[in-house]
Amino acid sequence: MTKGEIVAGCLAPHPPHIVYAENPPQNEPVAEGGWEQLRWGYERLRESLADVDYDAIVLLSPHWQTYVGTHFLGLPHFKNLSVDPVFPNLFRYHYEIDIDVELSQQIHDRAAEAGLATKMMNNPDFRIDYGTITTGHMFNPEWDKPFVVISSNRSRDYYSVEVMQEMMVELGRVTREAIIASGKKVVVLASNSLSHRHFTTESAIPEDMSKEHITSHAMHLWDMRMIEYFRTGQAQRIIDEMPEFTEQAIAESDGGGLTWLLSTLDLPTYPGILHGYGTIIGTGNAIVEWPARNHKEA
Amino acid sequence: MGDGELIGSYIVPVHPHTILAPEQNEGWGRLREAYDTAAQRIKDSGADLLIIYSTTWPSIIGHQIIADPNPEWVMVDHDFHDLGSIPYSFNIDEKFAHSWNEANEKRGLKSRTVAYHGFPIDVGSVVALKLLNPDNSIPAVIVSSNVYANRSETTVLAKACMDVVKATGRKAVAVTAMSLSNRMFTTPIEPQDDRIHSLKDDEWNRKILEFLGEGRLEDVGQLSRTIHQQIRVNKVVAFKPMWWLSGMNQNRNNLTGEVLAYEAIHGAGGAVVHLDPTPSGTGDKEYDEDDVEYFAGERNVLDAEHTEAAEEEFITESNVETTEANGPALWEPTESEDSVNSNAAPKPVGAYPHARRVGDLLYLSGVGPRQPGTNAIPGGPIHDENGEALDYDIKAQTHAVVKNITRILEEAGGTLDDVLDVTSFLVDMDRDFQGYNEVWAETLGQVGPTRTTLAIRALPTPIAVEMKVIAKAPATE
Ligand SMILES: [Fe+2]
Repeated sequence: MTKGEIVAGCLAPHPPHIVYAENPPQNEPVAEGGWEQLRWGYERLRESLADVDYDAIVLLSPHWQTYVGTHFLGLPHFKNLSVDPVFPNLFRYHYEIDIDVELSQQIHDRAAEAGLATKMMNNPDFRIDYGTITTGHMFNPEWDKPFVVISSNRSRDYYSVEVMQEMMVELGRVTREAIIASGKKVVVLASNSLSHRHFTTESAIPEDMSKEHITSHAMHLWDMRMIEYFRTGQAQRIIDEMPEFTEQAIAESDGGGLTWLLSTLDLPTYPGILHGYGTIIGTGNAIVEWPARNHKEA
Repeated sequence: MGDGELIGSYIVPVHPHTILAPEQNEGWGRLREAYDTAAQRIKDSGADLLIIYSTTWPSIIGHQIIADPNPEWVMVDHDFHDLGSIPYSFNIDEKFAHSWNEANEKRGLKSRTVAYHGFPIDVGSVVALKLLNPDNSIPAVIVSSNVYANRSETTVLAKACMDVVKATGRKAVAVTAMSLSNRMFTTPIEPQDDRIHSLKDDEWNRKILEFLGEGRLEDVGQLSRTIHQQIRVNKVVAFKPMWWLSGMNQNRNNLTGEVLAYEAIHGAGGAVVHLDPTPSGTGDKEYDEDDVEYFAGERNVLDAEHTEAAEEEFITESNVETTEANGPALWEPTESEDSVNSNAAPKPVGAYPHARRVGDLLYLSGVGPRQPGTNAIPGGPIHDENGEALDYDIKAQTHAVVKNITRILEEAGGTLDDVLDVTSFLVDMDRDFQGYNEVWAETLGQVGPTRTTLAIRALPTPIAVEMKVIAKAPATE
């Protein structure tokens, strides 16, 4: 069998506002646009991968929060309505999603072998979190590729950023090994924002861009620092500074997605491509692609 | 209408085991039995409204209140999906939800109602409502837990809710869906191996339940931050449900409490507790936090000029002294041999003490309604930082003045009953005299000091009323 491969790894954030602003037929609310910088960023990401052949998308979402280990969606198809419990005014999305159960099980099994607590999610009534659906839609609006969806183990809440990183580096390693063993070509997505301090009020027109900005200068500085590391291939520094970043920027990387992503890519030393940056209700969001297909080991 | 009341309160656990697997573990079964007992008591009490504060529904834009009259869906837990699905169909009091939302806004809170088909009701609310109200005979409301809210916001949320309960003549039951210690085992366990995650968590849980069993709800509220540090995984920024429930119960410490069950659910502390408003006679109230009526904490970070204050409030989670742009700078009260100064009273706007003792008398500096710590003005300021007039509530301001006077007198070892003579200053006699006079009659009027009321052009801060007080000094050894 041919060796599997990660063709790209992406930071692909999920505030529901960007799906709302796109007005896809699956989403009930209607918007007058908004957050264009980020939506154009997603467009550039999609274009970048338009001619790249791949079989599946592996995604980790911080809004499927599990406290008892790491979970994997385990049924071939899910169909339901996803309503964001925080922004129900913006996101009520009728989704249908295919799961690559085989690959899901393979990553699950390797994670279990490595000593991580794991569980397959086989309940057909389960409602997939809005983070997964938002990133899934923005990355692939046609929904024509199967997914592996991995939950966010809240080990940071239970222990510390350091313990979270140990577990996510391990999960990233076994994810990569399972993908290589599967013979499949895969894109991996970490669905999270950077700085994550929200405004606690919403303007009358949520998409009023005159109200949109980062919540503070400190948050901006942290976001730019991280983006600089992304663009200059300094994954190890991101891992090293993750505790400070997570504490001080209240970063959504606390869910483990970014650490896991960098680990699946074996801590890339080549530059990531910044496709877009923008704030959403004050939080910082970057769309970044690491084109692993162009940096294969000799 | 108008004499509604809270006729009972319950604390209940959130995880789905009590519905989906009570037979798999004796402890889960006992929690289920306690849930059933609570349901029967609620039914027998003649309650006509169930109010759920759920810790498993976080919100960001203020608080959210379910206002869909009949939310229906199938709930599956994010962690315990293998236990099964819980279909639900609830009877929500849409009208109460809207009134509560309005009451929140009147008290300065950000708030909104939610009525969307398919909205995912959280696991804690689903479990609580399914088990406490199995036939849906009692209409319910559900409110979220704001991730950024601190004590003042959570307390005011309860007071706004009680405004509506009272005004609409309801017999309400308040429910907090919550864990005590919330640390679960991070690996799957066999049901028979369930126990509280650690001895320390168990000891804290038992201490909390000892207080609650004695009806000392406000004591648990006052310990919220400590409890959060000791036995709570930091999923949220504070242990808030006890603030809300205590606020619903007028911050009382002499309720009649009964612990119906206490057991582990996958390591977390689950308890069913009934708090009856009948005074138990136990539990002196040791009130050391502000009794806040209106929420004035500035969270409107959309306005750039407020960004820093809001940021600071979030990061430190403490009562940061905020010097408002709307008024003069604040001073530390001056100290001298005879001065009486209180941390519980608002900071002076110049170099003077809160009060001074001379022989048998206490002379107080002019006292306004500003709140100690936050410097907020109950009832709102009379104008904004640009001098634009604002609508304000003279009664709330007058109440706050009397409260501040009480604090200063208590610092000196006395009480409000010691007041002998008052000079009151109103900036708008025509508008405010009547409201001021009503509050006077309820408070200082009962004490009986002499009084002079003057109209003046302005006060140094944007307030409408200030009082100058002379009181008897308490006897010294
Ligand atoms: Fe998020």
